Amino acid sequence: MKKNKKPKKVIIEKASEMPPMPASLGSMRVNKTASWRSIKPIINIEKCTSCMICWKYCPEPAILPTNPPEIDYDFCKGCGICIVECPFDAIGSEKEGK
Amino acid sequence: MVEIRFHGRGGQGAVKGSDILAIAAFKEGKEVQSFPFFGVERRGAPVTAYTRISNEEIRIHSYIYEPDILVVLDSTLIGAVPITEGLKQNGIVIINTEKKPEDFSFPDVSEPHIFTVDCSAIAVKYKLGSKAAPIVNTTILGAVAKVTGLVKLQSIIEAIREKIPFKKEENVLAAKESYEKLNLQE
Amino acid sequence: MKRVLTGNFAAAYGASAARVHVIAAYPITPQTTIVEILSEIVANGELKADFVKVESEHSAISACIGAQAAGARTFTATSAQGLALMHEMLHWAARGRLPIVMTNVNRAMAPGWSIWADVTDSVAQRDTGWMQVYCENNQEVFDTILMSYKVSENKDVLLPTLINLDAFFLSHTSQVVDMYNQETIDQFLPEYHPEIKLDVENPRSFGALTSPEYYYEFSYKMHQSQEKAKSVIKQVGNEFKQLFGKKYDLIETYKCDDADLIMVDYGTIAGTAKESVDRMRQKGLKVGNLKIRYLRPFPKENIRKVLSNTKAVGVIDRAISFGQEGPFFTELKSAMYGLDIPLFGFIAGLGGRDVSIMNIESMVAYMQNNDPKDLIWIGVKK
Repeated sequence: MKKNKKPKKVIIEKASEMPPMPASLGSMRVNKTASWRSIKPIINIEKCTSCMICWKYCPEPAILPTNPPEIDYDFCKGCGICIVECPFDAIGSEKEGK
Repeated sequence: MVEIRFHGRGGQGAVKGSDILAIAAFKEGKEVQSFPFFGVERRGAPVTAYTRISNEEIRIHSYIYEPDILVVLDSTLIGAVPITEGLKQNGIVIINTEKKPEDFSFPDVSEPHIFTVDCSAIAVKYKLGSKAAPIVNTTILGAVAKVTGLVKLQSIIEAIREKIPFKKEENVLAAKESYEKLNLQE
Repeated sequence: MKRVLTGNFAAAYGASAARVHVIAAYPITPQTTIVEILSEIVANGELKADFVKVESEHSAISACIGAQAAGARTFTATSAQGLALMHEMLHWAARGRLPIVMTNVNRAMAPGWSIWADVTDSVAQRDTGWMQVYCENNQEVFDTILMSYKVSENKDVLLPTLINLDAFFLSHTSQVVDMYNQETIDQFLPEYHPEIKLDVENPRSFGALTSPEYYYEFSYKMHQSQEKAKSVIKQVGNEFKQLFGKKYDLIETYKCDDADLIMVDYGTIAGTAKESVDRMRQKGLKVGNLKIRYLRPFPKENIRKVLSNTKAVGVIDRAISFGQEGPFFTELKSAMYGLDIPLFGFIAGLGGRDVSIMNIESMVAYMQNNDPKDLIWIGVKK
């Protein structure tokens, strides 16, 4: 994903300042959802074949299309789909500490 | 009608705590209402829950803005979130903390009565939740019963047995211990 | 037997107590618990019914239509987007004269994506021919399900009922509910035996091509049934009182007889409003409250009678008809036509925003200090 100039966090409170429909201006880049995680997926590079199935299935996207794929822990919410879908059982997990 | 507001973090059981208190009062023949603040909830995020207890039908369907009693499951919320907003004059504040009542001051509130119990330590003792994240809701309800006299400890115990699916007796013992440990001298 | 139940539990147990035969429902927040409980009690045998797993709300209502047409008492539940998805079939259920009872948890329509309380979803279905009733508390949810089957199945009515409860403020709020005992409920609500149904022994065609020669008369008959329903609702409400002690009608008045100012509302706001009335009366203000239970059939005559002697009326709408005004306000105006009473139309609580006693007191203060206005947006941040 191209990284354009860094988006600023803007707080809007009044109807007159809001756009006509709820359309956030790039909040997906600013709103780091890492804190949502209870479970942290971890890719085991030894077993990983770079088949990219985890990247395809990740709903976020919180897996970067690198070789081998990397989990973007700023945004990974810990849904666990990559763990389930990896055909090589190359993704393990650990509990997210407090 | 008495209005009680619970403040905790996601995972500490504030919502279930508000329900258990309601059921305890119901067992004593009261009219009750309990519900959480309806927002987005996440582990660790602040959670607010409400309980109303009355002898008459409760008709209000709105959040509690002027509570009589505050139950604080996580003292780190104090200062971070406007916990005491609207607390009635001489309102009661029950805090889960190792500190003493003298260690707390709420300048915006008119003469609150502050009570403290180390519920986290008790919950950890009975293995409720984890050491890092103990579930203190049942524990603090023992203190609520003692301080407020709104419900008998026995009603809280029966409500716990009804509402808590696992470790029922450990939760009961935790509530009993905080009831005993709570010092009514402020 | 009294228990502490959330609105969703009350709805599920109400359907169970009504001894429904077929349930077809699709989960959607904040209704999901209703579906979960019903599937549980069907699975464990507590409720002897068929639970049809469907893949969407459109299929849910369609399955109910099929089953109801075959002579089964059916139930479904949904909310907002789900109700909207059913829209085409809502017309079908009503014009097909099928007494289905559906619980709708009033939730805001998207976008913005909102799971919170807003009544625009059910208001948008006003014209489908369904009867519509709005509940103030969980006891009313339970009671209304039982009464609605009796009203809908009445041979002079034969129209489906949509029972509405506010998202979270009722669906996820625990209150004391008396579930009575099953024997008395069975006495109140007899078995469902329709005269006309899908029957291989007596085959008929249903809903076939209807030319201009006849369609108009079917519409006329359907409207007559909505009108007749007004007296059936009253009658069933009285029967309910005799067996269970609580009286229900098309509307509910609270301290209106000597009121200078009457607030009109529906759903949970009505409960908060009654509490507000008492607090304002303590301060010397002669306020009353009129709770509208039925939006369809709209109890014009009852409303006009209650309001004709007061000095000001304020309607609190938790919905908006874009390009006009609050929907219940418009309906009420039609009941007040010709009467020279100042009317105020408040909009409040859209998208789950709380409507507190302070909000209601501010509305009364507004009415005392301003000329009548059709659209007053309470609490909007401009």
